[in-house]
Amino acid sequence: MAVKTETIGLARRDRAAMAARVAADIPEGWVVNLGIGLPTLVADHVPPDREVIFQSENGVIAMGPAPLPGEEDPWLINAGKQMVTLRPGGSFVSQADSFALIRGGRLDLAVLGAFEVAENGDLANWALASNEKAPAVGGAMDLAAGARRVWVLMEHTTKDGTPRLVRRCRYPLTAPRCVSRVYTDLAVIDVTAEGFLVREMVAGLSRESLQSRTDAPLRFA
Amino acid sequence: MIDKIVASAREAVEPVADGMTVLIGGFGQVGTPNHLIEALCEKGVRDLVVVSNNAGTGTHGLARLMAEGRVRKVICSYPRSRGSVVLEELYREGRIELEIVPQGTLAERLRAAGAGIPAFYTPTAAGTLLAEGKETRIFGGRACVLEHALPGDVALIEAWEADRWGNLTFRKSGRNFNPVMAMAARLTIAQVHHVVPLGTLDPERIVTPGVFVDRVVHIPYGSPRLT
Repeated sequence: MAVKTETIGLARRDRAAMAARVAADIPEGWVVNLGIGLPTLVADHVPPDREVIFQSENGVIAMGPAPLPGEEDPWLINAGKQMVTLRPGGSFVSQADSFALIRGGRLDLAVLGAFEVAENGDLANWALASNEKAPAVGGAMDLAAGARRVWVLMEHTTKDGTPRLVRRCRYPLTAPRCVSRVYTDLAVIDVTAEGFLVREMVAGLSRESLQSRTDAPLRFA
Repeated sequence: MIDKIVASAREAVEPVADGMTVLIGGFGQVGTPNHLIEALCEKGVRDLVVVSNNAGTGTHGLARLMAEGRVRKVICSYPRSRGSVVLEELYREGRIELEIVPQGTLAERLRAAGAGIPAFYTPTAAGTLLAEGKETRIFGGRACVLEHALPGDVALIEAWEADRWGNLTFRKSGRNFNPVMAMAARLTIAQVHHVVPLGTLDPERIVTPGVFVDRVVHIPYGSPRLT
């Protein structure tokens, strides 16, 4: 499935640029949960004067930037168990209230990583096989089912070139039909009633090349 | 006079018996009652069902309790953390049962237990492996899964301040599962960093009223070690 000829001059987004691209689309006032890993980087790319409320499953509302050296507080961690800070106006709640926020429809957006997204919006991001040893789900299913919008931030393919945007997920689902947009290192793609609709591509990439890296058929806006 | 303060972690966990369901607070290493868990190890109880968000890291606390073979089953959302080697090994060898519950469903099953609600429906996990074998109903056009309350025989929690009535405050992200577990168990045991005179906690700051707390032990160990 690997692409035969790597396009010269392809402006593939690195992790920071992927996170920045998502951040550019988050308006002031949204309440947002960022998944563990790559999505966590999104917070670093929202300008401090744009008031976005980042919530963490473990009961932190309105996280600020990473602590400065010497100012770390081990009592204040995020869902990825990294030390974080609290913005003025921030608050702490219990796990029950934190998930009431998520499941009760107060979350404007969850940005999640994924193994696969299907063209109908199915999300697979928690287990690699139905018989996986000691699987771990965390808050993924609550976020996918409860957030008003789910955007996925992931590499367009696996390291060996296998597409992650697929007709049907092969891996166990986190939630059916929940993803509305996918940001990858190559493109921004909406999930519509007619399947994947490419909104933008990085410079130097042809439609044919993007399609060759994608299992499901693409339409182009 | 109501006085729930006990002298030691060992005395605090004295009522915990074989076969009990034990709710253990904490998220990662923050708000985790490690001294109470260590006291359980020393006490030597067996066949426990442990409910906890994570399944222990390294070789202390919950990881030690499991490594000593005292846990029959773990109910948790995220057993796979950096350093969760004990759980991984026991699970691989088939020596421990594992029930994976979405984190919000775990919190809500505990909340329901505390509020006297036997079961509830939620869209979380509908259409996934974690809904297999569970009743599903459509509400408002949406598939929802029947989930049952998860009461504990005992809850081990950590808080920041306490008075002799067991009124509790929490510190930052150390709150996490602790208040909801305090309400979900028949017997709640809290290890706390500060014990203050009755009447000095601002009533507006008390998160868990002492009604939900049975035993308090003063363990001012400082800050959590995150690794």
